This record gives sequence, structure tokens and C-alpha cells, in this order.
Amino acid sequence: MSSLSSARSAAPALSSRSAVPAASAPAVVNLADASLGFGERLLWDGLDLQIMAGEFFAVLGPNGSGKTSFLKVLLGLQALTRGSVRVGGEAARRGSRHIGYIPQQKGFAADTPLRARDLVGLGVDGHRWGVRLGVRRHRRRVDELLDRVGAADYANVPVGLLSGGEQQRLRVAQALATDPQVLLCDEALLSLDLHHQQAVSRLISDQSRHNGSAVVFVTHEINPIIEYVDRVLYLAGGKFRIGAPEEVMTTDVLSDLYGTHVEVLHTNGRIVVVGLPDATTHGHAAEGH
Amino acid sequence: MTFQDFMDAVLNFQNYGELLPLFRDSILAGAILGLVGGLIGTFVMMRDLAFAVHGIAELSFAGAAFALLVGADVILGSLVGSVLAALVLGIMGVRARDRNSVIGVIMPFGLGLGILFLALYQGRAANKFGLLTGQIVAVDSTALSMLAGAAVVVIAGLLIIWRPLTFASADPEIASARGVPVRTLSLVFMFLLGISVALSIQVVGALLVLALLITPAAAALQVTSSPKLVVLLSIGFAMLSTVGGILLALGGRIPVSPYITTLSFLVYVSCRGIGAYRRRRGRSGRIVRVKATEPITVSELSAL
Repeated sequence: MSSLSSARSAAPALSSRSAVPAASAPAVVNLADASLGFGERLLWDGLDLQIMAGEFFAVLGPNGSGKTSFLKVLLGLQALTRGSVRVGGEAARRGSRHIGYIPQQKGFAADTPLRARDLVGLGVDGHRWGVRLGVRRHRRRVDELLDRVGAADYANVPVGLLSGGEQQRLRVAQALATDPQVLLCDEALLSLDLHHQQAVSRLISDQSRHNGSAVVFVTHEINPIIEYVDRVLYLAGGKFRIGAPEEVMTTDVLSDLYGTHVEVLHTNGRIVVVGLPDATTHGHAAEGH
Repeated sequence: MTFQDFMDAVLNFQNYGELLPLFRDSILAGAILGLVGGLIGTFVMMRDLAFAVHGIAELSFAGAAFALLVGADVILGSLVGSVLAALVLGIMGVRARDRNSVIGVIMPFGLGLGILFLALYQGRAANKFGLLTGQIVAVDSTALSMLAGAAVVVIAGLLIIWRPLTFASADPEIASARGVPVRTLSLVFMFLLGISVALSIQVVGALLVLALLITPAAAALQVTSSPKLVVLLSIGFAMLSTVGGILLALGGRIPVSPYITTLSFLVYVSCRGIGAYRRRRGRSGRIVRVKATEPITVSELSAL
């Protein structure tokens, strides 16, 4: 691998957003010599990665590069071909309390019989059998979570009537319900307008700082979260690169990953990648990944 | 037929006091079915299974017709038919689109089988008709205890899987990430749904099960989004329709199902009206701040 990926085991650069040097924080996600392939096709190979508590970690790459598989591996929904993955000190498994999962925004049918508070409530105890006992305690917990994401005003509104931004706030509350060590976001800002993208990404960053949890943000578009990102894992063409955004998001590195010349432009604190092999990739990440 | 004849046939309350005790079992059966239908109906709506209910009902009809033909227990026959159909749908159709095509294929097949068995059957014609359009009058105490037993299974089953089923129905992706066994729950639910459909057929008949399993829940969803209230209202509406329908039907000469379907339809129309009125008034439960206040960020909140 390159000099960049060999630097991955070293402590990440002092985070721009957290006061604590990440090196002193424990690793909440730990992949050792991880490989994933389907049949002949190898998505990534020899991935060694430690994500520290409090770190904001972005997973980038075009469709089909293995971003979603990476996410499924952390969620325990996809087994590795080789190597090991640990989340919060345990082998990754389905339903782990250490992961709070924030999905892509999707619409709810207008007649879904759930209010905002019920959706968050499912995040608290929806996996338990039987009907809910201890209603008062549950209600307190849900109110507390709604307050944390600033959703108290629409706690009793049916989810089908909420805006995309409001729904994503509820997703954050839902994900926080188990006090997870990792907030795993899957294109969580997609289909939100710019204002809500900023508000939700700030909320996610604030919450992770407040809880000392790491954020793993899987996305095809780094710009909405660029001010928070500490490190990047860029997956493309069966290869990957890990490092600070300014190290990875360069013309040389991305050209090497894609195996063709791409131009990385930095403008106004935003990053624009020009000349991607699959020009439809950026902006259409909803399907196929 | 004059209007008077029509009214005598439809609503007739002569000797009502004497009739009522005779139909105690039927009324009880109606109440049980209302409870089951209203309860499971909310999940049917949430999981978008209205069409599946209809498909299961036709297979259930085929099972009952077969039982009638060979002289076996009709309720048992309809139970076997609908549970089989429900499980097949649960296994084959995971996505709504696949499911609908599978139902579209299975439904006419089931109905055709049922018609075949009925054509071969030599017994009373009323029995044939009853399977399709309902026959609550036929409920005796053996049938009642069988209905009650099956209802207990459905209700207990639903209570056990209530929360994860709600999670998996409304929010399958997150539920699966949280370790909820979405697929197993779907199969268990289809099993319970199969039993419920078979029960409902005993009252309203195969063609009209939707009046019991869909309409009450759909009506409740028009007026509330609180999960608890939806369930309570749905049960209330379903019991109102079944018990009310049976009470109205006692004196007349007409099968019970038109009364039940009409009542449940009227409830739905009323709820729809209320829902539309509320939406027009913009009542959604949102707290609207009248004065513009400084937005509070989360970091400030957590600092408190």
C-alpha cells in the first residue's frame, strides 16, 4: 500500500473539532486485515483501521466500491471474507447496542400510525418482546431524546407529516437511544436541502462530541460534512486510502485509486472532484450501493 | 317488492326480546371476531397487506368447501386453507410487488377450487352460500369454543410480538439493524393472519373479510396516529360493526354480512370526514411558537 495507508495505524491528526487528542481515546471500531469480496470480485483487501472515540470518520467512494458493504460489516449484517471486525470491543454482530444507525431519509406513508415520539420510542425498546410496561419511564427517556435533537415541538406529530429534516433529527434521537459508541450514518443527508444538511450534520457532530462516540459517515458527498471530518476512508477501484481529508482528497491520490486522471479542486472550503470515470456517481447514490 | 316488504325483510324487530337469547352465541362470536379483526387489522394496514387478506380468504374458502364436501369440520377446513395460503405468501413474497403478483396468481386458483368442491357437494345450498357471504346464525357452542380458542391464540401471539412487529412493520431497515428478526416475524404474523381470516370467514364470508380486517383499522387511521388509540379505535369499530350488524340482522330475512359491511363502511366514511376536517384545520399536534425565539442549539441544551 502507499505511504498514506501505512500511516493509518499511527494516531490520527489532532482533531480539529475535539479538545481531546484522539490518540488517547480508545478505538471503538477495529478492523484487522479485513477483506471483503463477492466471488471473483474483491471490494477491499487488507483493511486495517481503528476509529477512535470522538472521531468523525467519513467513508467515501463511488457506487459499487463497497461503501454499503463496509456499513453492513459494521452492523454485523455482512461477514468478512477474511480478517476481523470489532465494534465497541466486541465482534460486530447484529443488533449491537454499540452502534446507533442513522439511515438515509425515506418517506413514511401519511397514515403510518406512529408519531414522532413513537418512532423514537421504537429505537429505545422496539426490539424487545411483548407489550411495553413501565410506560412512564419510557416516556421520560423519549422526551429526553427528543429534547436532545430539538424535536420536542413536533413530538406528537404523525411521522408521515414531518419534513425530511425533521425525520432525520428523529433518526438521530433513535440512534442515540442505546448510548452507542458509534453513530453509523448511511447517506444520512441525502435528499435534504442545504439548510437541513447543515443542521443535521451539526447535530450529529455535536451529539458525538457530547457523548464521546465516534461518527462513521458513509456518503458519496463529503462537502456537507467537510468541516467536521477528521479522517477519510476512500474506497475506489478495489483499492482504498485512509487519512486526513487534505491528504486523501488530492488529485494524485484519487487518480491513483480510480486508475485514471481525476482533478480535485478546492474552492471555498469545498472539494470538487472532476472527471470521475462514472460521471453519474456523484449525485445519484440512492441506488445500487 | 314494496318498500314495506323491503323494510320487513331488512329491519324487523318483532319478537326481538324472544329472539335475542337464542342468538347469544352468535353475538358472542361477533364480539370475539370484532376484537381479533380490529387488533390484527392495524398491522395489516401498516404492512400493506389488504390484497393478501383477500387472497388468503379465497384459499380459506377453498379449504372450507373441501371440508364441506368430505364431511369434515368446516372451520377446520377453512383454517387449514388460510394458514397454508398465508404461509406461502409469507415465504414467497418478501417485497410488496412480488407478493401482489403471487396473490394475483393464487387467488383465482383458490376460488376456482372452492367452486369445484361446492359444485360436487350434494348437501344444503345454504351451506354453500354461507361460506362466501357469511352465516353467523350457524354458530353453535362447539363452533363458538373453537372460535374463542383460535382467537386466544391470535391475541396472545400478537401481544408477544407486539413491539418488534410494530418496529419491523413501520421501520424494517432500522429494525433489522437493531437485530429484530424481521423475516421470522413476518412469517409468524402471516400465520396469525391466516387464523384471523379463517375466523372472519365464519361470520362475514370469504368475499367480505376485508370489512372486518381492513375497514375498522383504516377508519381508525383516519382520525389518529397514536399507536395505542389506533388499536383501541380499530377494535371498537370492528366490534361495533359485528355486534351491531348481528343485532340488526336478527329479525330480518337477510344474511348478516350486509349489515356488518354497511356499518363498517359508515364508520369509515365518518372517520374520513373527521380526518379531512382536521387536516383542513391544520391540526397535526405541532407546537407552533408564536413569537420568534432565538434558536437553541443542541450544545447549549446539553450544557444546561
